Amino acid sequence: MSLLTPNSQVCSWTQALDNPGSLATYVANGGYQALRRVITEQMPGDTIIAELKTSALRGRGGAGFPTGLKWSFMPRAFPGDKYIVCNSDEGEPGTFKDRDILRYNPHQLIEGMAIAGYVLGARVGYNYIHGEIFDCYDIFERALSEAREAGYLGDNLFGTDFCFQLHAHLGYGAYICGEETALLESLEGKKGQPRFKPPFPASFGLYGKPTTINNTETLASVPWIMQHGGQAFLELGKPNNGGPKLFSVSGHVNKPGNYEVPLGTPFSELLEMAGGIRRGHKLKAVIPGGSSAPVLPGDIMMDCTMDFDSIAKAGSMLGSGAVIVMDETVCMVRALERLSYFYYEESCGQCTPCREGTGWMYRVIHRIEHGLGRPEDIELLNSVAGRIGGHTICALGDAAAMPVQSFLKHYGHEFEHHIEHKRCMDGTGH
Amino acid sequence: MAKPDLNDSQRLSAESLALIDVEVAKYPVDQKQSAVMGALRIAQTECGWLKPELIEYVADYLEMPAIAAYEVATFYNMYDTQRPGRHKITLCTNLPCMLMGAGELGEYLKKKLEIGFGETTEDGRFTLKEGECMGACGDAPMCLHNNHVMHTHLTTEKVDELLETLK
Amino acid sequence: MATLNIEIDGRALQVESGDTIMDAANQVGITIPHFCYHKKLSIAANCRMCLVQVEKAPKPLPACATPVTDGMKVFTRSEYAVSAQKSVMEFLLINHPLDCPICDQGGECTLQDLAVGYGGSSSRYQEIKRVVVEKNLGPLIATDMTRCIHCSRCVRFGQEIAGVMELGMAGRGEHTEIMPFLANQVASELSGNVIDLCPVGALTSKPFRYKARTWELSRRHSISPHDSLGSNLEVHVKDNKVMRVLPRENEDVNECWLADRDRFSYEGLNTAERLTQPMIKQEGQWVEVTWQAALEFVADKLKAIPAEQIGALSTPYRPAEELFLLQKIMRGMGCGNVDHRLRQSDFSLDSKAHGGFWLGMPVTYMSRLNRMLVVGSNLRKDHPLMAHRIRESVRWYGELNLINAHDDEFLGKVHAKRIVAPSQLAATLAGVCVALAQLKELPVPDVAVRGIVDDIARKMAQSIAGGGQGSSGGEARAVFLGNMAQHHPTYSQIHMLAQEVARLAGASFGVLGEAANSVGAVAVGAIPGCGPLGQPAIKGLNAQQMLSQPLRAYLLLGVEAELDTHDPVSALNSINAAEFVVVMSPYKGKSLDYADVLLPIAPWTETSGTFVNTEGRVQSFSAVVKPLGETRPAWKVLRVLGNLLGLAGFDHNDSKDVLRDALGETPTGSVQAFLTNEISGVSVLPPQVIDGLERVAEVPIYQTDAVVRRSHALQMTLDAALPVARMHSRLIEKLGLQENGRVSVRQTASALTLKVQRDDLLPENCVRIPSGHPLTASLGPMFGPITAEAV
Ligand SMILES: Cc1cc2nc3c(=O)[nH]c(=O)nc-3n(C[C@H](O)[C@H](O)[C@H](O)COP(=O)(O)O)c2cc1C
Ligand code: SF4
Ligand code: FES
Repeated sequence: MSLLTPNSQVCSWTQALDNPGSLATYVANGGYQALRRVITEQMPGDTIIAELKTSALRGRGGAGFPTGLKWSFMPRAFPGDKYIVCNSDEGEPGTFKDRDILRYNPHQLIEGMAIAGYVLGARVGYNYIHGEIFDCYDIFERALSEAREAGYLGDNLFGTDFCFQLHAHLGYGAYICGEETALLESLEGKKGQPRFKPPFPASFGLYGKPTTINNTETLASVPWIMQHGGQAFLELGKPNNGGPKLFSVSGHVNKPGNYEVPLGTPFSELLEMAGGIRRGHKLKAVIPGGSSAPVLPGDIMMDCTMDFDSIAKAGSMLGSGAVIVMDETVCMVRALERLSYFYYEESCGQCTPCREGTGWMYRVIHRIEHGLGRPEDIELLNSVAGRIGGHTICALGDAAAMPVQSFLKHYGHEFEHHIEHKRCMDGTGH
Repeated sequence: MAKPDLNDSQRLSAESLALIDVEVAKYPVDQKQSAVMGALRIAQTECGWLKPELIEYVADYLEMPAIAAYEVATFYNMYDTQRPGRHKITLCTNLPCMLMGAGELGEYLKKKLEIGFGETTEDGRFTLKEGECMGACGDAPMCLHNNHVMHTHLTTEKVDELLETLK
Repeated sequence: MATLNIEIDGRALQVESGDTIMDAANQVGITIPHFCYHKKLSIAANCRMCLVQVEKAPKPLPACATPVTDGMKVFTRSEYAVSAQKSVMEFLLINHPLDCPICDQGGECTLQDLAVGYGGSSSRYQEIKRVVVEKNLGPLIATDMTRCIHCSRCVRFGQEIAGVMELGMAGRGEHTEIMPFLANQVASELSGNVIDLCPVGALTSKPFRYKARTWELSRRHSISPHDSLGSNLEVHVKDNKVMRVLPRENEDVNECWLADRDRFSYEGLNTAERLTQPMIKQEGQWVEVTWQAALEFVADKLKAIPAEQIGALSTPYRPAEELFLLQKIMRGMGCGNVDHRLRQSDFSLDSKAHGGFWLGMPVTYMSRLNRMLVVGSNLRKDHPLMAHRIRESVRWYGELNLINAHDDEFLGKVHAKRIVAPSQLAATLAGVCVALAQLKELPVPDVAVRGIVDDIARKMAQSIAGGGQGSSGGEARAVFLGNMAQHHPTYSQIHMLAQEVARLAGASFGVLGEAANSVGAVAVGAIPGCGPLGQPAIKGLNAQQMLSQPLRAYLLLGVEAELDTHDPVSALNSINAAEFVVVMSPYKGKSLDYADVLLPIAPWTETSGTFVNTEGRVQSFSAVVKPLGETRPAWKVLRVLGNLLGLAGFDHNDSKDVLRDALGETPTGSVQAFLTNEISGVSVLPPQVIDGLERVAEVPIYQTDAVVRRSHALQMTLDAALPVARMHSRLIEKLGLQENGRVSVRQTASALTLKVQRDDLLPENCVRIPSGHPLTASLGPMFGPITAEAV
């Protein structure tokens, strides 16, 4: 495999090779050619953005926003500093795809960021890496040195007057920094507390300068698109859902891991690739897009294809492509208890509804799980979730509310059972 | 007003300061504060934890208010503003890991070390912490040793082995 | 700016683009509930209380942060909006202790008020409530952190207004807590404002704690008697006692802020040291007498002494009416010995000024200056809120240049600075003057001929003239002289140089008035040789002349000679040597030792009066409480004394009469017309040479006047710490001293032993020891040679 052959492994093709993360491997297989061409031919930024729009590449960080459109918001001609920032702060429970890009294909991300810098008029970029994957930060720093030494980063690239510096910034344990404006605050050396939008980062971003933020996988897809064209990328997926995507499959499957498959692949196929449900258990529920996405019962999932539109239609979100698979042994009260603890723990604390409401929800669910539930708790939980959602600065408030609402919607009877019998329904957990 | 000098035990080694300078160089010259996360990490790695004097020292080094550095140190989970044991084991117990048995592993660890989450063994050897998603759920269950080394696909046997090697 | 048409609650209105929904609603008097929003602070949008409905928006939007767009339709009271607001209120209350009955904020709490409208009747929250550990923020601010609603106003205040981030929000999520770094005290001179900003009872006034409930207080207007800004006050009174002082908003003066000095000095009003009965010293014993007896005694004594042997001195902290009557009495007796400039040492400008010195511009302009040069000023401590305005200018990319004798933190960006020994202030300024002349290719003014140009002088010159590197290209320039410049032995040179620098740079030139009535005192003629509004008057002795050799009698108005004067040693010597000393003061103090008559006069809360601030704003005020004991307003005392002395023109009915007598029917207009910093005819003096060490002395912020000196809470702050001798570490070493060890210092008279404190920002040949403090009163003048040796 190589970057030169238009196969469906846009981000993960190096994993089949020896020494997958090295500059040598990457360059030997066509790496940095797109960057060279874009820069030496002085390709107009508009052309590249048009190519991205054709590709129907949608952000891989969770919201699925069309990347070409996002790049077109940037005041590219604005004199003065501008920044390109990569979001590798992967911390959404269930998501672990960006880690593999950093480990096995860091140069494709570097190349993608350099192209982005060129298009967006940014001379400096930062990659914000999740604190807990320190080894990947090390790997990425090494890749950066290699790229600098080889002349893919730095001043006057390929003898042109284009200069691009790229640096890695390590997070240190705060999920909220995955939210793009919290990430910017964190890059500025502050607490990672999201900013109110507007103004959007494209006009007021890092250090108050125009900034574009994309997910690791999004940016790593760019060299491929420049190599093979937007149309080829689009055709790997389905309309409005261009390209393949990395799906992180975790939970009760035999082979958890990342699978890069075309958008539109049936869930059942993905499940099969991941080795199916463990030890012959039955599929119970799936969270298809990371913990913040509403949970879907297994049978609904089995009818879905893995793309933004299909999952949205089924009532959830493709999100970051984190597929958490649960078999019938799972107690949904306990599962939700853990998730609601996560949002309680990770709320940045600035908005009243999220700061106060996440703790409230967690405490009530914790009570139910421990046999102290009250009949009115279910209505209370729904109401509290509804009072958080849509009332906060960033989407963490919604992210905390949605699991609660969806668990209650699909598995309300388990909660009722817990409240009434002070223990799990038969066959689940404990 | 002249700042009181830190005594030597509160200063950082030349190596650490050099590493901090590398962090500082990543950001625009008038944005030294951007390096605070890196600088606190480096300081903590050298000293084991972030005592107030150390936070103040780092803040002075980066020309930022001490309270702003303290805000950072207390916002991000991986900084220790209380002294932990020599080996901090952070076990991810979030849903994907929980599905793979992290809960049971947590109970095992608690029993074995005779401490709860957030506690340190009497001999000061181990601190056990409950962690949030580490972005590696495919390798569940997993833990971090002293923030920077990840151990994946844990079983009770592997946990025993790991604890054995950590003196 | 484009104008947009929008609709709020069905009312059509036009707003500027860039306005928020909150701005627009405020314009038409629609109140949107809020906690984190404050018009003077950056927008945080974190409390979420101000959520409103906006047509076509998918969710409720925060009014404080959402910019209006053309055609926007906003509903602040719709069911949808109110339901969002009620949601937020429920969350705010779940962890709140609801301890209103014991909360000092009760009755004036935004949370309490809004909860009435938006809170539910009973709580659905049945879990354990959060309890937050108390924080010690020092002597001024009490905390009940469990009540905090995390609006972050106090943190933003520090960052954005006070210029120093003393409070932060540590932790995360529900565990977020407002705290200082460790148990550090909050030491900003503006710290008390967080009490007003805190919408709940988390931060309250420590001195006021549990003293009264808000509904028991009557609120009266007044003017602060401390610095020369004249902050507008709302004084809260219960049972004829001042219980606390709050800012009265005046955008042109103090905005909505108060310095801690203005806020907490009231604690000095009702101390045991108050003098409440006229007293006469008879054979070394103090005897209480009636006013009649006391004043007759005084009049008789004064009549028996030749008028030119009497000296009248007032502090510049007394109301204009009193200063006016004091000079009127003296001049009526045929003597011009009257002055209020007790800390000044160079009076050679008295014949060269063309009017009263002043700020040179309205106070509001200080917030939008592009280029500034401040000479000899302890800005933050001498003028806390003017320093805030200058910080604001700096935040708007203004360039601040400083020439000073110490390098105390300004808390804002300084473009260029030069820290020199006091004797070098004039020479340094001359260097800037020459650099400016060179830059502008204009002749070097005579007064600056000896100026030596160096890189910093050039940098400053470029900056204030505009066009310096990285300049903002702005046009509003100013040169200011601070208290140290005015107290300086070569003040006339410094003033002349500053005038020339300003002229060359096209800048305005201002003198930052030292005290509440520095401008007013000059305007009413309380200086020798110059009557009210500059009318010619008989010559007389200035403060220094009156105090450097003994006169036979002294009339002291509010003066504490050992603390209020340039050279307390010679002042006390002279006063002690006098045969008759009358002290008019609210306090007994040290005057018990040297006075012959003590007359209890009212502090500013017990009298009506007028302060003229440094921009020439004439601000009159009424008494807010009745005088304590036999205390009388000083203007009445002086009027009666005038009568008893048989002088004409002492028939005023009230203080307004006195003011009219002093400044005419239109005080503001006449004062404004009288003010100018223009001087001419100053001859060039050879540069000051001081071999060896010299003293740097400032008056500490909480020692400026008799009232603050007695405020218990202010005296507990770090700013009121005991005086030390600050020196550069190389000087400490050279003298064989130890940091934190003891040093014996000596000026003219006795030696004094002080603790050594290192301050590497001082010039190496300087010893910095505060003046105006009882512990250092025995030392000598504020400037000049000093010796220091190991004990
Ligand atoms: C609470 C929260 C957490 C998020 N975490 C991540 C993350 O870990 N990685 C990521 O790429 N985007 C994350 N996002 C989305 C980002 O805000 C942003 O939309 C994304 O980085 C944009 O990149 P894309 O357009 O390439 O997807 C998160 C958003 C929220 C609200
Ligand atoms: S919703 Fe929660 S995480 Fe997001 S900004 Fe508000 S408090 Fe912070
Ligand atoms: S006032 Fe608007 S969110 Fe607080």
